[in-house]
Amino acid sequence: AASRKTCRWGRAGGGGGAWRGRAGADTVCAPAQGGGSAVIDMENMDDTSGSSFEDMGEMHQRMKEEEEDEAEGEAGAGEEEDGEFLGMKGLRGQLGRQVADQMWQVGKRQASRAFSLYANIDILRPYFDVEPVQVRARLLESMIPVKMINFPQKIAGELYGPLMLVFTLVAILLHGMKTSDTIIREGTLMGTAIGTCFGYWLGVSSFMYFLAYLCNAQITMVQMLSLLGYGLFGHCITLFVTYNIHFHSLFYIFWLVVGGLSTLRMVAVLVSRTVGHTQRLILCGTLAALHMLFLLYLHFAYHKVVEGILDTLEGPNMPPFQRVARDIPVVSNAVLNTTAKAIALTL
Amino acid sequence: DLWGPLVLCVSLALMLQGGSADSKDDGGPQFAEVFVIIWFGAVVITLNSKLLGGTISFFQSLCVLGYCVMPLTMAMLVCRLVLLAGAGTVSFIIRLIVVGAMFAWSTLASTAFLADSQPPNRKALVVYPIFLFYFVISWMILTFTPQ
Repeated sequence: AASRKTCRWGRAGGGGGAWRGRAGADTVCAPAQGGGSAVIDMENMDDTSGSSFEDMGEMHQRMKEEEEDEAEGEAGAGEEEDGEFLGMKGLRGQLGRQVADQMWQVGKRQASRAFSLYANIDILRPYFDVEPVQVRARLLESMIPVKMINFPQKIAGELYGPLMLVFTLVAILLHGMKTSDTIIREGTLMGTAIGTCFGYWLGVSSFMYFLAYLCNAQITMVQMLSLLGYGLFGHCITLFVTYNIHFHSLFYIFWLVVGGLSTLRMVAVLVSRTVGHTQRLILCGTLAALHMLFLLYLHFAYHKVVEGILDTLEGPNMPPFQRVARDIPVVSNAVLNTTAKAIALTL
Repeated sequence: DLWGPLVLCVSLALMLQGGSADSKDDGGPQFAEVFVIIWFGAVVITLNSKLLGGTISFFQSLCVLGYCVMPLTMAMLVCRLVLLAGAGTVSFIIRLIVVGAMFAWSTLASTAFLADSQPPNRKALVVYPIFLFYFVISWMILTFTPQ
């Protein structure tokens, strides 16, 4: 019963209605996470997340204790008889139960300590400490290349903006895949979109961080994630426009201008933080290549070529750049058909 | 309370299943995909709101977001009924208006709960992911074409 008084993480007397007499015995713990507001009590009371483990443990413990009490009461007399023959038998039963009880307590304590250490989202809290004005400013700044490369440029280690941009890119990609009738056999559209975008953001960031480590650049992992994440703003704009207006020449202009601007910005920031010509070249060349190629990939991979439209026009004379994707709504299909025909006929 | 969100999510996923252009390919969102999108999206929004300094608890937030899927479930029902009558321009416009109105309703409803648990100058940071989440669901509803 001594264990009842220990401070239990996340269960400051909450939900104790079903368990008799516990609310009084528990000490109220200061919660490890959350802001200091009056809502905390309610949060701990209502929050039954992850504590079914503890509930089961408590129920089990309680039942065992009741059983023990009863068994002790009624077997008190019988034990003495047994004890004379096999003094160890009764003792072993008691000892076994105590050992099991102790192991349970230790295991439970370790599990809740590990849980509070690793599942504590407060580790990430400083990276989400931003104002909307700051996010807007950084979004716009990500398209403006800096001129001063002799002085290390400041990179904000923030994860809210990049995370939102990755999710926006996922949404735009989903739209693009739908309108181009992409068919994924082994998996789902959403899974592919999320995998692609997060894979790029996390994978390329890690790779660039590794290269930066090799080239002695002054940049941390969070800063790298942040830089690359904000660089996706250009991708979002380009894809949003070109998934809806399907002209290849328009895409190439956007690719060069918008993609180029955000690449230049990232490259300039990296150059300002690296010493040595070879290192600068390696880092910036890799980043520029990966960034621009990713945009190219996103456009062309989910941009299904429709052969049906071409076969009805003058087929062999038609250059491949005039192919356009097919839309689902019937309205724009007709418009697109006539547009494609008009373009072909003007050639 | 997670029963309501579960019922709504399952009914929405069931209604969204089986829509595809080709009979031999998986063109439309399958049950598992919709289910995962809704729950994964809700979890992400909740984590984001907590990381930004919100005072609402994890499951309270999940509950609110799940219940606010109700207008979109109703929109899906209306869309299916409209599509029974045919799939022309008029039906597309009707569906667009209905889904748009329900999307606005969902977003405003969940914003009313979740944004108030934030410091006043950070409301926009919480509203944007909610907007994106319901936008993706609305988009799946709007582009649903039955076999």
